[in-house]
Amino acid sequence: MSAVAEKAPEQAAATPSLAVRGLVKSFGGLIASDHIDLTVRPGEIHALIGPNGAGKTTLISQLMGELTPDAGTIEVEGQSIDALSTASRVERGLARTFQITCLLPDYTVRDNVAVAVQVRQGHSFRFWKPVAKDEALRRQAETYLAATGLAERADELVANLSHGEQKQLELAVALATEPRLLLLDEPMAGLGHAESLQMIEMLRGLKNQVSMLLVEHDMDAVFALADRISVLVYGRIIASGTVDEIRDDPDVRTAYLGEGDAGC
Amino acid sequence: MAHSYMRPVLLIALLVALIALPSVAQASGYNAVTSLATRVLIYGIAAASLNFVLGYGGMVSFGHAAFFGIGGYVVGILYQHFALEEPLLGLIPGTNQMLITLPAALLVSGILAAAIGALSLRTGGVQFIMITLALAQMLFFLFVSLKTYGGDDGLIIRRTNELPGLNMRDKHTIYYVCLAVTVAFFALLYRLVHSRFAQILVGLRQSERRMAAIGLSPYRYKLVAFIISGMGCGLAGALMANFLRYASPDMLHWTKSGEFMVMVILGGVGTLFGPFIGAAVFIVLESLLASWTEHWQLGLGLILLLVVLYTQGGVQAVFSRLPGRR
Ligand SMILES: Nc1ncnc2c1ncn2[C@@H]1O[C@H](COP(=O)(O)OP(=O)(O)O)[C@@H](O)[C@H]1O
Ligand SMILES: [Mg+2]
Repeated sequence: MSAVAEKAPEQAAATPSLAVRGLVKSFGGLIASDHIDLTVRPGEIHALIGPNGAGKTTLISQLMGELTPDAGTIEVEGQSIDALSTASRVERGLARTFQITCLLPDYTVRDNVAVAVQVRQGHSFRFWKPVAKDEALRRQAETYLAATGLAERADELVANLSHGEQKQLELAVALATEPRLLLLDEPMAGLGHAESLQMIEMLRGLKNQVSMLLVEHDMDAVFALADRISVLVYGRIIASGTVDEIRDDPDVRTAYLGEGDAGC
Repeated sequence: MAHSYMRPVLLIALLVALIALPSVAQASGYNAVTSLATRVLIYGIAAASLNFVLGYGGMVSFGHAAFFGIGGYVVGILYQHFALEEPLLGLIPGTNQMLITLPAALLVSGILAAAIGALSLRTGGVQFIMITLALAQMLFFLFVSLKTYGGDDGLIIRRTNELPGLNMRDKHTIYYVCLAVTVAFFALLYRLVHSRFAQILVGLRQSERRMAAIGLSPYRYKLVAFIISGMGCGLAGALMANFLRYASPDMLHWTKSGEFMVMVILGGVGTLFGPFIGAAVFIVLESLLASWTEHWQLGLGLILLLVVLYTQGGVQAVFSRLPGRR
């Protein structure tokens, strides 16, 4: 009784943005999520690191409802989202970026963002007015492009973008859903040094407005951005703590590093 | 750009040519051209409707003959009950009025599309193709066995539906009615493919996963697109039954679905004008080749192969980006 009484005010003060408990997912014999517990606090950047194949992308897909976990619960801002579809989760403030970019290749950069704005507004059963003449929609889309350094590229087809620009657009599209919890799947992977720095600055700029779960191999970026770090190896969280704690953890030092895998 | 000034000019020229077509055909002694053109218009509506889900939405339906056929049967069945003066199911009186039969065909094909779409749109890829094909074939066999409505032989419609003030026995009048319906249909389609709804639909074709990740539930949008598409085919079928004064199971056969698909591919997938061009090329080739050889389907197949291999976007692409390509 007394333990509960002590705990209650602390919980009320900070309902976590994301609380994962006992999440399990296996593909045949392979356990990709092995009883994962994870908390992202409001406004923090929580980095998730771990070697290639550890199950980081699989975790994000389950958080978004693209994959169904075998067991465990997921809460966003204190409410269970286990029964919700991907679309409803986006409505609750979740958004993700894709490790292997997943954009609309035949659309312009602007339209990729505009379509996300349109979906958020919920006015898509409109059959008559030309969408291209919707100035308000255009302008809204352009604010997200400006924020991610893509303003000049608005009329370019996605297919003509460089890899780095596609990564930036992934972020712009996610931001256009106005998320409260952003799940970033290796946003720096494949970027050059200058592009990485630019991405780090953009994410830093979002800090405190949006909670983030940042999956990233680039340790410079992780150390520059993260408030806390969790380490995932073979589907299991082997360590979780502040940047300093993780940096000095000998188990962690032996475990990770690698790149690129399944995407869109 | 010069292109945007060309558009209205080209469209008006096309419309003038289409309006003048029956008189020119008659004057030059090629009366059959008017009938040919009527069929092109009707098949153009059907192909453009299929293209809305196939080209814009990426849903490869192999069952669109079902909607075409049901549209035709609505006209035929309403006519039969009108002629026999006994209400359908003892409730719905028959009619020979086009102002009633066309909306009825739209309604019934829309309901059928809602049913077939609801059953098939949960799947994708090859499964979707097979389910739409199977459901349409079930309908085909249903009508083959419906002896009340002619079974195998189909339904003869003794007279084309009437429209107030028009002489519907005149082939030219029927042509103009079909032209008017086609123009109205095209105008609606034009608005539709530039709307917010189409923006979503084309997005779904490119990546359903991306669309879900920005918060969209794909199913509802695909279903509505499928219903709209089915209604377009139903309209075409109703016109065809009026033009041929005949509705038969052939209209529902899977080969008809295949023909629509060939028209879309010939003309240019995912374009506004493509399906109409495709329908024209298909109908003209069919009648030319059929007059030379009974193996006309072989010739058509070869031409289709060439188009697919060498034009990358159908005949429409060869005509260098006419208006309408998004
Ligand atoms: N859909 C799937 N079917 C079968 N195995 C999968 C599937 N998705 C991922 N995996 C496997 O699960 C493990 C974790 O993958 P993933 O989450 O992509 O790792 P990470 O993102 O950490 O590199 C890998 O061994 C991968 O091969
Ligand atoms: Mg991954």
